[in-house]
Amino acid sequence: MNLEKIKQAMMALAPQAPVVEAPAEVAPVEGAEVPVAQKGRPAVLDTDYAKKGFTLDIELPPENVVAAAEILFKEGLSIEAVTGVDWIKDGQLEVVYDFIDWQWHGRVVVRSRVPRDNPQIPTISEVFAGANWHERETHDFFGIKFIGHPDLSPLLLPEDANFHPLLKDFKA
Amino acid sequence: MSHLAQTQTQETFVLNLGPQHPATHGVLRVKLVMDGEYIVHAEPVLGYIHRMHEKMGENRTWAQFMPNTGRLDYLSALSYNFGYAAAVERAAGITVPERAEYIRVITTELNRISSHLLWFGAFVLDLGGFTPLLYAFDDREQILDLLESVTGSRLTYCYFRFGGVYNDIDDNFVPGSLAFIKRLRARMPMYHDLVTKNIILMKRLIGIGPISAEMCRRYGATGPVLRGSGVQFDVRKNEPYSVYPEFNFDIPVYHECDSMARYMVRMDEIEQSMRIIEQACNKLPEGPIMAEKAPKIIKPAPGDYYFSVEAARGSFGVRIVSDGTNTPYRLKLRSPTFSNLSLFAEASQGMLLADALALMGSLDLVIPEIDR
Amino acid sequence: MGNYTELLRLLAYLVGIIAFAALNAAYLVWLERKEAAHIQRRIGPKEVGPYGLLQPLADGIKLMTKQLIVPAGADVILFKVAPLLILAPAIASFVTIPFSETLVARNINLGLLMIFAFASLNVMGVLIGGWGSNNKYAVISAARAVSQNVAYEIPMLITAITMVMVAGTMNLNEIVMQQPNIFKWYIFRFTASPLMPVAFLIFFICSLAETNRAPFDMAEAESELVAGAYTEYSGMGFGVFFMGEYANVVIGCSLATILFLGGWQSPFGVPADAHWSLFLFKPGILWFLIKLYLLCFTVIWVRWTYPRTQFYGLLNLSWKYLIPISLFNLLLTGAMLKVFQS
Repeated sequence: MNLEKIKQAMMALAPQAPVVEAPAEVAPVEGAEVPVAQKGRPAVLDTDYAKKGFTLDIELPPENVVAAAEILFKEGLSIEAVTGVDWIKDGQLEVVYDFIDWQWHGRVVVRSRVPRDNPQIPTISEVFAGANWHERETHDFFGIKFIGHPDLSPLLLPEDANFHPLLKDFKA
Repeated sequence: MSHLAQTQTQETFVLNLGPQHPATHGVLRVKLVMDGEYIVHAEPVLGYIHRMHEKMGENRTWAQFMPNTGRLDYLSALSYNFGYAAAVERAAGITVPERAEYIRVITTELNRISSHLLWFGAFVLDLGGFTPLLYAFDDREQILDLLESVTGSRLTYCYFRFGGVYNDIDDNFVPGSLAFIKRLRARMPMYHDLVTKNIILMKRLIGIGPISAEMCRRYGATGPVLRGSGVQFDVRKNEPYSVYPEFNFDIPVYHECDSMARYMVRMDEIEQSMRIIEQACNKLPEGPIMAEKAPKIIKPAPGDYYFSVEAARGSFGVRIVSDGTNTPYRLKLRSPTFSNLSLFAEASQGMLLADALALMGSLDLVIPEIDR
Repeated sequence: MGNYTELLRLLAYLVGIIAFAALNAAYLVWLERKEAAHIQRRIGPKEVGPYGLLQPLADGIKLMTKQLIVPAGADVILFKVAPLLILAPAIASFVTIPFSETLVARNINLGLLMIFAFASLNVMGVLIGGWGSNNKYAVISAARAVSQNVAYEIPMLITAITMVMVAGTMNLNEIVMQQPNIFKWYIFRFTASPLMPVAFLIFFICSLAETNRAPFDMAEAESELVAGAYTEYSGMGFGVFFMGEYANVVIGCSLATILFLGGWQSPFGVPADAHWSLFLFKPGILWFLIKLYLLCFTVIWVRWTYPRTQFYGLLNLSWKYLIPISLFNLLLTGAMLKVFQS
């Protein structure tokens, strides 16, 4: 896989103007310790593998994740996990995708934030079939709707479950 | 569910494999739409042992979650201890002393051998050979005794701590491990002669359940499933962690992509693990087993971190999101068998029931790890 | 008066045969558990009675105290008749088996044919039990059992016909009397056909398959179909199935000893009216039982050694290998008998 090609392609998918209070240039910052919850962070970030466990950290708007997945699929990566994080203070849910390449030491992380009251994001299960189950699980735990997913019924929770346990305001 | 409605016709019927069934190792239910003996559509139904470990992770401190990791894949629990401990150590910047790293590697590799031995016995049991299970358990008993003397548990270990291990090995451990390796090395040819070269077993495994490398890539399958499809990927060599770079071992890879290839990968991995243990036992340094500067209460810097280790079933990943407090903000456990099982629906289409069970056995499923 | 002695004799044989079949069923279970245990490096039953010898009694009592559940939706008559269809023909087949020269209930001239006729009822039991259980696993297992039994009856019958050609009679006692010492055992009758040991092997394999023993236990494949056709049976219904299976194993092994290994004849060729001090070498029931139990031991041994074949592997073995070989043997035997007039 070609790391530079991926970075270029991802930067093309990122929004031209970042969300709020952008730094002057939208360029990858080498090894900076950027906290996850910071608004206006650069879209494509090189991270220190030894400190974080992944090499490339990409933040994209929800509608571009499928294109990103297709780029990564063409470059020969494999899907490792899809999960969510509940940023209740920001009113957002974050969907995190982990991809690895078997011949390459490192990991590519793609993130996307959706609003908490209406969480919707297109599914990448057409590109990576393994994402099917990961997205079902994320839907179980967070209630995120994956648009275009063939069957979003509960995977781990009971069939009639209508609650989402990993939300921060979930009370059993 | 929509799949079932489409694929069921008048000639097909629905057969429920499980959740109580001798061949599904754990509580797994597979809804099979069958046409006679052929599987038209297979749909695994999960969740029978879902305990929501990830939510438990958010409600406990970092150290209090350690016992949970032993309950995920109880057969190779030390790898899971390893993944979680190493993830938090990466996040908090704790360095583990060398002796502790060596002890971690030795115990994890012993655990890997015991997991593979149990898989071997259970797999051949699924195929109808009742006896190798007991022979494998005999060997496994010795490993369990060794590990019990060090960790205090036989199965669901909670041995690692942030910064090292909590108990040092006693004087009998190294000679005991080396004696065990000698014994198992003498017994492996017997397993190969009696089981691997048995014509009935070969007919049941060779050419059965092909899983191509491309299918593995689309589903994210790792571990022996991937290595049996010709891809040389092992976290211990690709993303080396701990002291694995210091050891001389190979990654067995087979290119036939069938169940026999996955079987042979695991059998060869037992030999490679024995090599690692031997080298580690001979090079074991003296020193402390816990990092001196390990804080009593862990509070990693805010951010998200990922750590991946090679468990017996594939690459086990821990993604932790920390907000600087003493409990995790989010703890994601990426279980290898979850991804491995997800390809079962596609791989088993059109297969006979007996062959599909051979395929399922060769995937090496442990359901509590899938359901968490 | 003669009628009454004949009647008494038959009654005595009836009781004796039922006792023999029942004790065999019970103690073959014990033998199986002990043998399996020692193959697997364990000990097996040892608590109940010395060496666990009273274990079958304990198991029998346990099975009899269980409730006989008929599942909802099952066909009650079929469900209840199925175990009997396996046990009754096996017990009836014992009528013609010669335990020794004089110890045979009815020396029927078509004894061999009668035994095969009864043996083919065996598959009916599995089929009816599977269908009547209203359980999908049972139906699959019944379907498998039918195709397996049909496939394996053919080479068995062809081999039996070969032996009948060699013996010239279907009367089991006369077949045994033609094998007075080990060189005359039909398994070593190379003048009739050099493939006689192969014929024995084929017969043995087919009897394993007919009685649904591993590695041919498709009908019951435990790890695939739970208990196959017997899934829904509880208590003594299940017990009767098992008694029937072991009775069939004994019939199959008895036929193998009679047709190939000389039945109740001793291998030493000592005549029946020799001096009493040679009683261990004299032909009689002792030799029959020794050979029978050696074969039963082998049947059990094979079960715990090999994994199960796939279903199509099993059928392939029969249709593509056993049937051609046994047909060839039949033709060869016929040709050689004609040429050598032996």
